[in-house]
Amino acid sequence: MGKFFFASLFFILISTKLFAAGDAAKPIQVDWSFNGFFGKFDRAQLQRGFQVYKEVCASCHSMKYLSYRNLGEKGGPEFSEQEVKAIAASYQIKDGPNEQGEMFERAGLPKDKFKSPYPNEKAARSVNGGAYPPDMSVLVKARAGGSNYIYSVLMGYDEKPPPEMKIEEGVYYNKYMAGNKIRMSKPLNDGSVEYSDGTQATVSQMSKDVTAFLTWAAEPHLEKRKRIGFKTIIYLLIFSILVFLSMKKIWSRVETKM
Amino acid sequence: MSETNYKPTSAFGKWFDERLPLLTLFNGHLMQYPTPKNLNYWWTFGGILTFCLVTQIITGIVLAMHYTAHADLAFSSVEHIMRDVNYGWLIRYIHANGASMFFLAVYIHIFRALFYGSYKSPREVIWILGILIYILMMAAAFMGYVLPWGQMSFWGATVITNLFSAIPLIGESVTQWLWGGYSVDNPTLTRFFSLHYLIPFLILGLVILHIWALHVPGNNNPVGIDLKKDGSDTVPFHPYIVIKDLFALVIFMIVFAGFVFYAPNVLGHSDNYIQADPLVTPAHIVPEWYLLPFYAILRSVPDKLGGVVLMFGAIFILLALPWLDTSKVRSAVFRPIYKQFFWLLVLDVLVLGYVGAMPAEGIYLLISRVATAYYFIHFIIIMPLLGYMEKTKPVPLSIADPIISSGSGNFAAAKKDKILS
Repeated sequence: MGKFFFASLFFILISTKLFAAGDAAKPIQVDWSFNGFFGKFDRAQLQRGFQVYKEVCASCHSMKYLSYRNLGEKGGPEFSEQEVKAIAASYQIKDGPNEQGEMFERAGLPKDKFKSPYPNEKAARSVNGGAYPPDMSVLVKARAGGSNYIYSVLMGYDEKPPPEMKIEEGVYYNKYMAGNKIRMSKPLNDGSVEYSDGTQATVSQMSKDVTAFLTWAAEPHLEKRKRIGFKTIIYLLIFSILVFLSMKKIWSRVETKM
Repeated sequence: MSETNYKPTSAFGKWFDERLPLLTLFNGHLMQYPTPKNLNYWWTFGGILTFCLVTQIITGIVLAMHYTAHADLAFSSVEHIMRDVNYGWLIRYIHANGASMFFLAVYIHIFRALFYGSYKSPREVIWILGILIYILMMAAAFMGYVLPWGQMSFWGATVITNLFSAIPLIGESVTQWLWGGYSVDNPTLTRFFSLHYLIPFLILGLVILHIWALHVPGNNNPVGIDLKKDGSDTVPFHPYIVIKDLFALVIFMIVFAGFVFYAPNVLGHSDNYIQADPLVTPAHIVPEWYLLPFYAILRSVPDKLGGVVLMFGAIFILLALPWLDTSKVRSAVFRPIYKQFFWLLVLDVLVLGYVGAMPAEGIYLLISRVATAYYFIHFIIIMPLLGYMEKTKPVPLSIADPIISSGSGNFAAAKKDKILS
């Protein structure tokens, strides 16, 4: 009887998670390199994903909780120090006030946060027909379905809407989006970026790469977390055996007819 | 129950203990304290809960060093913790999942008490203190969930604080007083932070009283009978119970670590990674899983005040349980009919939790009404009547020598039932 109740408890816990808007298709399941107990990011994929973000997404989406230095940190894309400096320097950052009390522009430094495409939310909305492109720093964690969902939305533009569905001006049909309507036009087309490592820039490839990058951005310590987690659980398992044996020995002194 | 003949051996120990007998106190209550030797693993959750409380307090103190309680800064300060504070991600994930683990353990602890009749005379005060701790836990968890200032934080706070507006005449003033304004806003966040820091220490105080009250009559046990006075039914707390509690705790920590390291966000809601926006209401506002049964009760009533009354009633009715249960027999092992109703209650609460996560419409609303009705019927009608009507099984005279007053073979059945499944 007890087993049945724990099974139902488990069911309840996951069903609250699965419960999302009804009409969107179930996200495509991708076998990500960062899945599983020993999951790790693919450095080359993160670097390609950053390129997609920088050349495509960043024209509308901010990523305000990341700094350029993060791109060189362990467990991420791991760009070299020179590369990070060069990436940062390619942006003009507003700083100040200086000795004269004036704000000025300077080349970006690794310590700077990612430069946002718009000065504020109102500016973003006015350029994007009233829609606000969400900040991408924790986007993967902010959507039920996570990485699979983000990848699916990027891949979900190709089908035609059902004939009874009315698609308004400035709205696009997307198979995987909640409500099947999205305010973002299809962002990626074959060859949208040119990869320097020779990888074919197909929509599927770029979508995977940028999703991996966004997953790292949302969870920059993922690799370390899984590594420490594995060690912790092995430690606890061994410890539990030792405690169990001690317990048996100690309790052998007591006569329990129970 | 825990008189001790302990004398410190060191000179300093003697000097100190004569002035403040802390060592004698610890020796009596944490080492020599006589504990029934037939306690099963369902009794290890008291120790596990102590661990949970201490873990929450320690991780919480560290988080408070890096967190900023301000509507404009709270969300980004949490991201700062997750990204830039050394092991901040680990501390926050332990704290957030620790709350869920705390509730998982407390629910097992409460249902254990319900199964074995641990709330009955002479343990009513232990039970009442426990329920007070549980109420404070819910308050602390709710306020803690507001602090990251995500969408669910904000809208959860809005829904729950709005409940108070159902109070006749003064409702609106009370709600505005709670908010510190005309809606959930920065003053609400700062006071929730202050109270969220305070409540765990109130819980700690109540836990000490809870244990003190426990150590007066001593532990209940799976057989549910009083222990023999000569001590043949008991073992000293240390090392017997300490090692057993430790074993259970390590197993619990493995589950805990599984969540923290491999599914740290599975128990939370993804909308809480979107910064609070008073202008955008989430499609479905749901509380954390451990509050869902009460949320279902709240929504099962079409009238707002009625829903609030039933929701709080569902918690406060537990305070009267020692007097609602009229049975002379404590343990459900010897109560064949109560045992069936006990599992029905467990199922009922799980069903309430499930419908609490679903939209309050159609079949879910109907189920939540039936389940809410059963919840109250269980405590108000079944528990009092069953004490008079149920024919209980013969109870052994002692846990060491299971001589059964009449019949035979019942004790073997009792032994099997002890494992609860």
